[in-house]
Amino acid sequence: MSERLREKLSILADAAKYDVSCSSSGSDRKNTNKGVGNGHHSGICHTYTEDGRCVSLLKILLTNHCIFDCAYCVSRKSNDIQRAAFTVDEVVELTMNFYRRNFIEGLFLSSGIFKNADYTMERLLRVVKKLRLEQNYNGYIHLKTIPGASDELIHEAGLYADRMSINLEMPTETGLKLLAPDKSHKDVIKPLGFVQNQIVQFKEEKKLIKSVPKFVPAGQSTQMVVGATPETDKEIMYTADAFYKNFALRRVYYSGYIPISNDTRMPVLGTQPPLLRENRLYQTDWLMRFYGFKVQEILNDANPHLDIDIDPKLSWALRNLQHFPVDINTAPYRMILRIPGIGVTSAQKIVQARQFGKLHIYQLKNIGVAYSRAKHFIKCADTPFQMKDFQATQIKAFILAESQSKYLKTATNQLILFK
Amino acid sequence: MIYVFDGSLEGLLTAVFEWFERKPGQVTLSLEKIYQPDAFTESLAIQNDRAKADRVWLGLQKKLSKEWMRKFYCAYLSEIPEIFNSLFLFTIYIFQNPAGAEKNYGNEHVLTLSKAARSVEREKHRMEAFIRFQHTTEGIYYCGIDPDFNVLPLILNHFKNRYADQKWIIYDLKRHYGLFYDLNIVEEITMDINTQALKQPAPHQLNEKEELYAHLWKDYFKSTNIVSRKNTKLHIRHVPKRYWKYLTEKQIG
Repeated sequence: MSERLREKLSILADAAKYDVSCSSSGSDRKNTNKGVGNGHHSGICHTYTEDGRCVSLLKILLTNHCIFDCAYCVSRKSNDIQRAAFTVDEVVELTMNFYRRNFIEGLFLSSGIFKNADYTMERLLRVVKKLRLEQNYNGYIHLKTIPGASDELIHEAGLYADRMSINLEMPTETGLKLLAPDKSHKDVIKPLGFVQNQIVQFKEEKKLIKSVPKFVPAGQSTQMVVGATPETDKEIMYTADAFYKNFALRRVYYSGYIPISNDTRMPVLGTQPPLLRENRLYQTDWLMRFYGFKVQEILNDANPHLDIDIDPKLSWALRNLQHFPVDINTAPYRMILRIPGIGVTSAQKIVQARQFGKLHIYQLKNIGVAYSRAKHFIKCADTPFQMKDFQATQIKAFILAESQSKYLKTATNQLILFK
Repeated sequence: MIYVFDGSLEGLLTAVFEWFERKPGQVTLSLEKIYQPDAFTESLAIQNDRAKADRVWLGLQKKLSKEWMRKFYCAYLSEIPEIFNSLFLFTIYIFQNPAGAEKNYGNEHVLTLSKAARSVEREKHRMEAFIRFQHTTEGIYYCGIDPDFNVLPLILNHFKNRYADQKWIIYDLKRHYGLFYDLNIVEEITMDINTQALKQPAPHQLNEKEELYAHLWKDYFKSTNIVSRKNTKLHIRHVPKRYWKYLTEKQIG
């Protein structure tokens, strides 16, 4: 019995790992019924895989049986792999026992589509209800929205889940049609919109009536596979931007494609996943969400791709030298945020500290500014006077000479054509 | 002038009170344990005084926000020998300046304090993440830890709120005390058992299901890894090796 359970867990965790989201933040669900578990506002990563990704949730598929044949997916119908399915009770037992030992922050439950969308969604819902209603479980639950499931089921799921997500898979409709002819972005947009509407409605009601239950308190997220189809960085980030705006998504995840099939439409097996590109996309995502950048400033027709050798913030600064040097002691917060080498925390500290007197270089270093990078773009109390105006290319050369990319070893973005 | 105190929060706050009473000019605060008298500097042994300490604490509360009071307390829990002097000078600095002086990140004490507080908060968060309970035959979920800083007081509420329906013990092996939750309240306890048993309960003391769930967790950890993305440097940055001893998934066998 336990051998079979171990086997199932291995198969169904392995199949679920390509979903990158493992966030457990954004829910403040309280343990009010003296049960077990609660939300943690910033989430907790309980361990990290050897590839450096956070493990905070028990991320599994209910089953990897699937009626679809999407080329980018391990669980596609035509793939010759071991299949398995958990029973509802098995998932509940695993979750509770892992949670009680402080292994996990909660459950991330997804599934292949068996029979049809409603049948699958209904099964997922049973797990979640059992946890919440029978086990008094108040920990985090991330539930996959199954495309095509009925509004009633999605609505009910939203009453128990903390976060729901549904994956765009490919950044553009053409890319998706190429690899998964049965699917369309419309199938994703409809439930995303439905859940978003409900979230807004519940929030409105909550203002009037205190007892309104929570509805997907940690919001929705989505994921795109990068590098399986030939989209530009601009296309990817414009899609992300539109989804952030239209559906108030908490997160968009970018997953570098890991070759899992001999399909001739995609990079061949053994090709390195585009880790550096993925990293640059995340950096851009951060600039949009926390640094007040518009996506058009970073990516546009003149620059449809992100630089590989430097990060997007530095790259923007070098293209817009007319804004620099920025005077640390007088510039507004939003400009300080735009200086390469200064992050959100340092920027906040600078704005607070400068009320007590002009800031000097040593203070900036102590505050945590990456001074060797920032120095090309700032003026502070004791910045040495400089006659020469450097060109963008020169500044870039200075910075590159001083820094060492953590990706040097893995920066093989070329496809391997012959093996 | 050197003030010598016993390392307690009460002693630290009393020292601040004494300074304002005497105004002796520049003073360093030193720990009794490590203080070496020398021929040229005068010293004063601080006598802990609850009333004086309370007055300083209340005064501090009036000048600092809740967030900064917590930073102060966290920095104190770091137990770094030099931090006591920083806390002492920081407190004097706060009292001598108009409200809001703690925002001056250009000041070295402000910065030292907030950095120490950050390390302690990080350790606290790591304990919330890396503690692995084992279910004992007595029905108690147990874990022994030896954190870099004295974080038990900081993690108490987290575990109490989260595991409200199970008994648990978290024991600090380095500082020889622990927390025990009995389904109602959390108590401070000390246990007189040998350290090895506190570190890892013997197999016969553990629930029969314990081994199965340890295996299942290890299986899960293995299957969730993506081999083609292996990045050991990043892995170790997130889970430094000194924490591996806590982690079920890192134990061999």
